[in-house]
Amino acid sequence: MNLDSKDVVISIRNLKKSFGQYSIINDLNFDIKRGSITTILGFSGAGKSTLLKHILGLLRPTSGHVFVNGQDISNLGGVALREFRRNFGMLFQYAALFDSLSAFENVAFPLREFTKDSEAEISRKVKSLLESVNILENSFYKLPSELSGGMRKRVGLARGLALNPDIMLYDEPTTGLDPITTKMVNELIVQTAKNNKQRQMTTIIISHDVKASLAISDFIAFLEHGRIVEYSTASEFAQSKNRIVQEFINL
Amino acid sequence: MPIKTGAGLIEKFGDSILRAIEETGKVTLFVGQFFYWVFRPPFRFRLLFAQLYFIGNKSLFIICLSGAFTGMVLAYQTYFGFKIISVDSLVGPVVAISLARELAPVLSGLIVAGRAGAAMAAQIGTMKVTEQVDALEVMGIDSYQYLALPRIIAGTLSLPMLTIIFLLVGNLGGWLVGTKALMIDETMYFSKLGEFMFLADIYQGVIKSIFFGFSIAVIGTYFGFEVKRGAEGVGKGTNMAVVWGMIFVLISDYFLTSFLIKIL
Ligand SMILES: Nc1ncnc2c1ncn2[C@@H]1O[C@H](COP(=O)(O)OP(=O)(O)OP(=O)(O)O)[C@@H](O)[C@H]1O
Ligand SMILES: [Mg+2]
Repeated sequence: MNLDSKDVVISIRNLKKSFGQYSIINDLNFDIKRGSITTILGFSGAGKSTLLKHILGLLRPTSGHVFVNGQDISNLGGVALREFRRNFGMLFQYAALFDSLSAFENVAFPLREFTKDSEAEISRKVKSLLESVNILENSFYKLPSELSGGMRKRVGLARGLALNPDIMLYDEPTTGLDPITTKMVNELIVQTAKNNKQRQMTTIIISHDVKASLAISDFIAFLEHGRIVEYSTASEFAQSKNRIVQEFINL
Repeated sequence: MPIKTGAGLIEKFGDSILRAIEETGKVTLFVGQFFYWVFRPPFRFRLLFAQLYFIGNKSLFIICLSGAFTGMVLAYQTYFGFKIISVDSLVGPVVAISLARELAPVLSGLIVAGRAGAAMAAQIGTMKVTEQVDALEVMGIDSYQYLALPRIIAGTLSLPMLTIIFLLVGNLGGWLVGTKALMIDETMYFSKLGEFMFLADIYQGVIKSIFFGFSIAVIGTYFGFEVKRGAEGVGKGTNMAVVWGMIFVLISDYFLTSFLIKIL
């Protein structure tokens, strides 16, 4: 797939990563379009999480480069790297809420850490974030252990969005959820992308769920043995001629 | 069935030595990070106070209880030995010196390793397996700085305080038993204290407790971060923190004592 270079938010060039003798990412090249919803599909162990960790600068490439907003992050370190990560919001598979903090405090956390907002300002922002993910006032001060799995995900999403990230990442957002909660989370992802459309927030999803990916993504990439073997618009993806992709779709 | 051979045993032995070396390297780096971060902002005083409170809260009651009974038993044992040679006036100083130099720091250390050290490993281990540690990192917060640093500082500060409390309560217990049960003269119990006990005795205990507190917290947080996956991993990490925390207190006590006796 060819993207106009001014539309590219993340650009990965000749990325290789090995752990010991095992080569996990093999000469991967990949561009992600700014403002899009892009899903990365692949079998378990294909290297999806490894790729995601390179995009966040949590892992360093064995060779190759990762550019985010034109900046090469492969050799950023320390303070610069931590500053850089503030471009991202992330929803973890099990939400990863801080379990000693209430829903409200979890969402307030990044605001307290990284802004100079007054307490009133923080309170206003947190409330509006929680409302935007349909968390009701009576749950604001509950601890994560008192929330359902679906609610935790929504609070996790609100926390991820608190600092208006350029790029929102979802790591297997619906794995292990029941069908109704799955539907709700998918709708929320689309809704969130829409709400942040005019500031061109990019959405990147890692997933196993072909059907949902076809329904909500603009673009879909298929990762196999550390390479992108198919990358196209969602509608073209279903028609892929790649045998493994077809196998995956028809599973 | 494979037959166990000598070579297999040697291989295993070699393996554990390599692992021990690797582990030592990792712990050294872990301690190194402490000195890297300790003078660097942001200083998270709120987290530090929370940890001080947590360790104190977890251990204070049991420290007082152990201190009181240790002092009481010690007074009893000493008295029956000393009465034979009619030096029962020395019970007070002996109890005080034993507590100050050894019993207060070592027993407080063992208690804190079992309670606070275990809790540190469990908390951080749980955060590790539920990706809360990753969540911190993704937000751009150094997880060591946020989680380990306040715990290690709090451990280093609170164990000496708990040791001094142990010492005071222990002496109170010794005094109670000595004067009320064993009928040593009330004014005599502590009268020889100035003659036999020196500040060096207290320094020795306090210096040891600072070192123990630091080590216990390092061990607790280290095994927390080492947890790999699952609830089982958290349990194992917690267990390791307690076992190694206690072993470390007991072994390093010997070396610290032999060193401090020379210089104090
Ligand atoms: N830190 C590491 N050290 C060694 N091997 C690793 C490490 N991280 C990942 N791997 C290996 O790399 C391969 C890809 O792992 P990765 O987690 O990226 O897969 P994935 O596509 O996210 O799979 P899943 O869908 O199961 O999450 C796996 O075989 C894994 O064992
Ligand atoms: Mg994964």
